[in-house]
Amino acid sequence: MSEKNGQRRLLQGNEAIVEGALAAGCRFFAGYPITPASEIAEMMSLRLPALNGTFIQMEDEIAGMGAIIGASLAGVKSLTATSGPGFSLMQENLGFACAAEVPCVVVNVMRVGPSTGLSTSPAQGDVMQARWGTHGDHPVIVLAVSTVVDCFATTVQAFNLAEKYRVPVIVLSDEIVAHTRETVVLPDPADIMVIDRIHPGVPPEWYIPYEDNSRGVPAMAAMGSGYRHHVTGLIHDVRGFPTERPEEVDAFIRRLFRKITNGFAEIQITRSVMMEDAEIAVIAYGAVSRSALRAVRLARSRGIRAGLLQLITLFPFPRKAVEGVLRQCRRVLVPEMNMGQMIREVKRVNLATEIVRHNRVDGQFITPAEIYDHLLSM
Amino acid sequence: MSEKTNSVRHDYLRHDKKFPHVWCPGCGNGIVLGSLIRAIDKLGLGKDELVLASGIGCSGRMPVYVDFNTLHTTHGRALTFATGIKLAKPALTVITVMGDGDATAIGGNHFIHAARRNIDLTAIIINNQIYGMTGGQYSPTTPYGSFASTAAWGNIEHAFPIAELAVTAGASFVARGTVYHAAMLDGLLARGIAKKGFSVIEVMSNCHTQYGRRNQMNDPVTMMRHFKEKAVSVDRAAKMSAEEMNDRFTIGVLADVDKPNYMEEYQKIRERAQQH
Ligand SMILES: Cc1ncc(C[n+]2csc(CCOP(=O)(O)OP(=O)(O)O)c2C)c(N)n1
Ligand code: SF4
Repeated sequence: MSEKNGQRRLLQGNEAIVEGALAAGCRFFAGYPITPASEIAEMMSLRLPALNGTFIQMEDEIAGMGAIIGASLAGVKSLTATSGPGFSLMQENLGFACAAEVPCVVVNVMRVGPSTGLSTSPAQGDVMQARWGTHGDHPVIVLAVSTVVDCFATTVQAFNLAEKYRVPVIVLSDEIVAHTRETVVLPDPADIMVIDRIHPGVPPEWYIPYEDNSRGVPAMAAMGSGYRHHVTGLIHDVRGFPTERPEEVDAFIRRLFRKITNGFAEIQITRSVMMEDAEIAVIAYGAVSRSALRAVRLARSRGIRAGLLQLITLFPFPRKAVEGVLRQCRRVLVPEMNMGQMIREVKRVNLATEIVRHNRVDGQFITPAEIYDHLLSM
Repeated sequence: MSEKTNSVRHDYLRHDKKFPHVWCPGCGNGIVLGSLIRAIDKLGLGKDELVLASGIGCSGRMPVYVDFNTLHTTHGRALTFATGIKLAKPALTVITVMGDGDATAIGGNHFIHAARRNIDLTAIIINNQIYGMTGGQYSPTTPYGSFASTAAWGNIEHAFPIAELAVTAGASFVARGTVYHAAMLDGLLARGIAKKGFSVIEVMSNCHTQYGRRNQMNDPVTMMRHFKEKAVSVDRAAKMSAEEMNDRFTIGVLADVDKPNYMEEYQKIRERAQQH
């Protein structure tokens, strides 16, 4: 990001998500208002018309999710944003996007749950829902943002991954990131890498809409582009037609997973800070990784060799990066604003390292001091 | 069936899809499909500009058979997907086909809001007064007192009149037809598709397998006869008393009004924003 070409702006996290989406080429938003995500819809309603894009406020989140899938099928990059209660309503159509392989981005600005919970307090309780919320075996990409700058960059990445792998990408934010205002330098549009879905390179009569290839990601034709085909949430054959033949069903489900597995190196994004010689580490994500960074710096200033692994991609779980940390460090702390969701994934890596939880579920942020104290006591 | 009609149908059916279809012999869904194809042919719409989107149910299987851009969505949500498609690519003609349960139970909220917004879509609702696909459970249009697999002792709920509901919710064009009055249905569908704004065509259709069987109408012919006897044209109904109309329903055009549709209005917003 070059400071000289960039644009210096004071933004809140929700606004930075909007800027990131627009920079990535998003031109369609459909959603339903909910705290603490509403600013995303509000900004989109303001910005999209001038860009020849479309905003629509739907009757509920089910409809919002349906509409963004429709828009994406028609060839337009699309976004919806919500919080816990709305995210729950989106699950069925989110599964449709997985099955029909429709690129789209869903932002969930997390608040305390279950149910209506605490609508204006931050939490990280929806991590496993993001991974497994819709029924059935399905691959999904889940990214987490921790700062306003992140909101911009990660949203661009979310669209790029959605387009490249033909999957819904879920961006997990939380009430703190959403409403924190920071000065950020937005990159010059020319400096932003934007990836678009691959359109078929063959004439329409040769197009096989769900044909496998080395990447496992079929080319995608927009409705109205001359490549007429069938799209369904039923398990389908390579032509898109429903099938119950065991070998076709098996090939379909396995390809859905393989296309993500093939892309692990690119999809699993993490950030290591002061990890080179670390003996003790914090593995964190979202707003909490910010507190963790501060705590690690504090520890370093007292001569403790601490480091941070920030997970930007939560799923597919960045096992390789985590494994490296677990091999290197004696003890690892996993602070989360939930009862312990990612810590289970970390523990599943299953090395001899001691993995310690730090949970907060009172709607309050985990502070740097808390993490620092915990590190000292480990 | 004349040779000409058959060839028109074959022009629009998918040849790479292995028939036979999933519907029971004599199911009204096939008649609606034939009628839809004739209406599209009459309007001279190109296959590439057409989208047929459905929900889930027996009716929901219709898109797979026709050679358009086709979409089989989730139960009740066809209109939400269709809304996204239409707004993203307004040049496309977007038609949805739904069952009565699909459109007015699980999808009821989407249905009234699509009508209220007046988005330029056509909603064909095949009203067979039952949940066909899942085995004859009662739907929001199952008549009071009739029988269903979840109304073994008789249905105690009251039915939605779908077309009238659409008129109240603000649809630009609303009509009701039946699978018995197939020629009339061709015309209603063509008018609905051609109409700018939200159009609803409710089609009374036979599910003899799940509804008829439980209600002394075991076969398609008996059900057809029933539709023939109970349908009253809108004009004639206007001269009849409520008592005379009791167990009958109107067919024909219930509403045809001109008002700004969502996309026209949104285009004005874009122009305003761009001048700003
Ligand atoms: C969320 C959800 N709930 C329930 C079902 C099961 N289901 C499939 S079709 C159907 C009802 C179909 O009835 P109708 O919409 O009237 O269409 P028909 O089969 O009569 O054409 C139901 C309840 C489903 N697919 N999805
Ligand atoms: S169950 Fe009813 S609606 Fe379904 S195909 Fe058979 S007759 Fe038609």
